Amino acid sequence: MANIVQFENVGLRYGTGSETLTDVSFTLASGTFYFLTGPSGAGKTSLLKLLYLAQRPTRGIVRLFGEDAGTLPRARLPGFRRRIGVVFQDFRLLPHLSAYDNIALPLRIAGMPEREIEAPVREMLAWVGLVDRGDARPPTLSGGEQQRIAIARAVIARPEILVADEPTGNVDPDMAERLLHLFDSLNRLGTTVVVATHDFHLLNRIPTAHMMRLERGRVNDPTGALRNPPHELRQ
Amino acid sequence: MIWVMAIMVFLTALATAFGLGMFAAANALDRQLAGRVTVQIVEPDARARDAHAAQLVAALRARPGVARVSEVDRAALAAMLKPWLGDAGLDPDLPMPAMIDVDMRDASDAALADVERTAHRIAPNQVRVARHARWLAPVQGLITSLSWLAGAIVLLMMSATATVVLLAARAGLDTHRNTIEVLHMLGSTDVQVARLFQRRVALETLIGGVLGTAAATLVAMGLEANIASLGSDMLAGAALAPRDWIALAVLPLLFVALATFAARTGVLRALAKTL
Repeated sequence: MANIVQFENVGLRYGTGSETLTDVSFTLASGTFYFLTGPSGAGKTSLLKLLYLAQRPTRGIVRLFGEDAGTLPRARLPGFRRRIGVVFQDFRLLPHLSAYDNIALPLRIAGMPEREIEAPVREMLAWVGLVDRGDARPPTLSGGEQQRIAIARAVIARPEILVADEPTGNVDPDMAERLLHLFDSLNRLGTTVVVATHDFHLLNRIPTAHMMRLERGRVNDPTGALRNPPHELRQ
Repeated sequence: MIWVMAIMVFLTALATAFGLGMFAAANALDRQLAGRVTVQIVEPDARARDAHAAQLVAALRARPGVARVSEVDRAALAAMLKPWLGDAGLDPDLPMPAMIDVDMRDASDAALADVERTAHRIAPNQVRVARHARWLAPVQGLITSLSWLAGAIVLLMMSATATVVLLAARAGLDTHRNTIEVLHMLGSTDVQVARLFQRRVALETLIGGVLGTAAATLVAMGLEANIASLGSDMLAGAALAPRDWIALAVLPLLFVALATFAARTGVLRALAKTL
């Protein structure tokens, strides 16, 4: 199984403050499922930003798809980003576009002809249970509905890596289960999935998932060998 | 943005129309004046004056470089001088000069010198020859300067338009920062983002440009009608030719191209500084 992501002694600093991430080293195998856990402020979101190329590391090497992402020319970034699906913590739907158009956005950006877009978008709307809400704009959707649209947008282009930052934070347990099932399905189709979450109930839902824990910007158990969270975290 | 563009294009179209009109007037004046000469016969004796005038008209008509010779009608002269002389202008004993207008076929210095020599030969010491080109040269110079000034104003307006578009694009980038971040994260290239701005700017510039040009065209037509009603040969030369009206009609498209280029350049430069 090839490695799709490699972090080698990665450090990330915003401005002149202390490092948010320090000496982070790990490898993600292609087609595997990872949960990224850790307390608030541990650096989970910053690590995810490095993964979906919203930030370049201050030091160290981030390899994505076999290439050093830190030194990629700017012109090549869009091509890499199209291979990565992102579910943001705050959804980041475009408020002036309908749910349909938000989901269709990655396909349009990739240059798919308009006549080929409708079927996969309708299918995705049906999968997330929002068939009748395709014309609705995000401000008129509930938090859970927006989250489902955001997930649909992230996965519609069948990305090789799916990064999700607290994807079940605004949904009820049933929907959380469904979303996790979707992530699992994608993972079975070959997508590498990284889910940052506080929700320890999710950790046991995917039997094959690995876990990484971040504490104060440092990775605990980089090999992902731990199947269950440490004893102290269950309390 | 539409109304800003409408105003910019309106002012530019007016400046363009003014410049084209001045350019046409300068050319018309040049054509009219280059070959126009007026010969005055200043003779106290009216009969001698009239005899010399008749001789001079006949002699000048025979010159090879002369196209047309005509003596200015005394009554017309008297009418021109009436505000100052009253009816005394019609008195045959009033030593008014005889005025002979000469239109040259050949406006070269040699041909003009030939007319002067002929006039001096027929009425020595009684003749004054006025070359219109020399007399109205300052006016022609002024008109030419005004047409260049209009051209400079057009260039300034276009620079100002480009600046307005750049500022608007920058403001738009700030306003839509979150949207652009999302588009980038979904894999949009800078060119795709720039195209969104370009389309919006092009459309608003086109609408504004058409409105501004239409308004300027109405103003220019109105001015031209007013000028025509004055009956002045000099001002009539400032009328716009069909190709000038076409140039005005094309102005909105020129502005669309300029604004689109400015928007694209501004957006791409700003995005290049981001990740």
